Amino acid sequence: MSSGQGGVDVEVESKRPDEPSQGKAHPNTCPSCGSHYRDDELAQTLRVCPQCGHHFRVGARARIEQLVDPGSFVEGDTDLRSADPLEFFDLRPYTERLAEAEIETGLGDAIVCGAGAIEDEACDLAVMDFAFMGGSMGSVVGEKFVRSCERATENRVPLVSVSASGGARMQEGILALMQLPKTICAIDELHESGGAMLSVLTHPTTGGVLASFASLGDVVLAEPGALMSFAGPRVVSQTTREKLPDDFGRAESNFRYGHLDAIVPRTELRATLGQLLRLFART
Amino acid sequence: MPNEAEMRLRERLSKLGGMKLLRGTKLSGELARLQDQLDQLQADPTAEEIWQSVELARHPDRPYTLDYVERIFDDFFELHGDRGRADDPALVTGLGKLDDQTVVLIGHQKGRDLKQRANRNFGMAYPEGYRKAMRAMALAGRHGFPLVTMVDTPGAYPGVAAEQHGQGGAIARSQAAMVRLDVPTVACVIGEGGSGGAIAIAVADRVVMQENAIYSVISPEGCAAILWRDAGEARKAAAAFKPDAAHCLELGVVDAIVAEPLGGAHADPDAASALLEQAILAAFEEIEALEPDERRRRRRAKYRVMGVLASS
Repeated sequence: MSSGQGGVDVEVESKRPDEPSQGKAHPNTCPSCGSHYRDDELAQTLRVCPQCGHHFRVGARARIEQLVDPGSFVEGDTDLRSADPLEFFDLRPYTERLAEAEIETGLGDAIVCGAGAIEDEACDLAVMDFAFMGGSMGSVVGEKFVRSCERATENRVPLVSVSASGGARMQEGILALMQLPKTICAIDELHESGGAMLSVLTHPTTGGVLASFASLGDVVLAEPGALMSFAGPRVVSQTTREKLPDDFGRAESNFRYGHLDAIVPRTELRATLGQLLRLFART
Repeated sequence: MPNEAEMRLRERLSKLGGMKLLRGTKLSGELARLQDQLDQLQADPTAEEIWQSVELARHPDRPYTLDYVERIFDDFFELHGDRGRADDPALVTGLGKLDDQTVVLIGHQKGRDLKQRANRNFGMAYPEGYRKAMRAMALAGRHGFPLVTMVDTPGAYPGVAAEQHGQGGAIARSQAAMVRLDVPTVACVIGEGGSGGAIAIAVADRVVMQENAIYSVISPEGCAAILWRDAGEARKAAAAFKPDAAHCLELGVVDAIVAEPLGGAHADPDAASALLEQAILAAFEEIEALEPDERRRRRRAKYRVMGVLASS
């Protein structure tokens, strides 16, 4: 933004939210209170710090396991992978970054979708994973989200979306931007068929994902402390030279300004989604 | 992939050949320019040509939305305010006559001199701007007025108040409103098509893009700052993500390229307006006869297939 063209407004893959102590600290050390846990301890508390309530990041598969009735989840579209339409090459080729992300996370891309049930209520789930290239949305994330909407429409069940994303994936250029209207069209069709969408925003949900499907749930929920801003804190402070409020872009600030229906702690998320699914159930 | 784009260009070429000149506009050049475009499309734009587009799209003398409005629309009446809390000068809305038909216009607006530029916030809208746009879309739907949008923004404004007022949600809802509209819609990318701030008003039945406009997911400087860790590498970034019109056409993101006068739109704003008007009228001609439901179905189907996938 040296040229004063300042409009970087879709946050991207390598942008990490401000978590000062997470740089070198062990991933199981709480960035808020410094407590340290074993993997199994954190898994037992749904990766919420028992001392201070900090919500650690949760991968897509672990999240699905936390939410759905055991054995009910059937994953769809596992074979979809990103192509490289621009033959994008920055310091490394996009194809290499993709391969590396798949090896690191065991995921085909930054979203896992499929049919499942929560508290006996059937639904479709579209769950993002920040570990895969910062949860960035390219063609595959858009396509899998749309197919999830289509399955929900066909099965006459609600869609539950859990987002965690730095925004659009710039390695796919303008096609990444086109995933915004693409996902929005799918939600329009779901709504037209009488289907409901529940959107859960987790840390962080920014840029193009916030500016598309994540904001369009019939009900929009967020986890405590989740960053949910269109532009990230660093971009905003660099562009405007404003001092940012302490809770800039956080769920708590968004709730005060009327952008959220509720902030739901992770320990209550399954029950809350169950309640909402019952309320939206079609007889 | 280029074949489909080529087909569409050829189709336009053949149509133009048979078109009568309206109101004495200078169309003579367009045939030749489209032929040029076709040649260019076959030879991929070079990094140098892409950067030239970036510079022309941001040229300080490039015509902005209101420059086109005064040349293309008759009886233009500007509509102000989002009916909630503000009037955002970075995004203008209004009513006007296009070829004797009342249409609704929505466009980003940049300022020309220092004072205007600050007032228009360099064409970077707040959520209030997108809410004003949604108000204009609703008006268009209510009265059956076709909608024309003009896209020219570096991006939606990244500021504290903009976030507090719900920038992400406003951009999402503005797109959703465009998806649902019953009336014919044409979006024109006339300068910088900067990311979410641009797509917020660019989900349309037909999207046309001026020859030297750019359309991208992030600014070249922003991309360079992140991937190259140096905003000075903007040229390399632009060459990598290819925001130029030829690539946007090739990828199916825009439906047509609108020729500009030699040297760029700023070299002859009257001629640029005539060419843009022609392209808008041609786009409406393709979609206005459709039933509203069919038009919406096709609009959604168009976006349904955007993206490129591989299977493992």
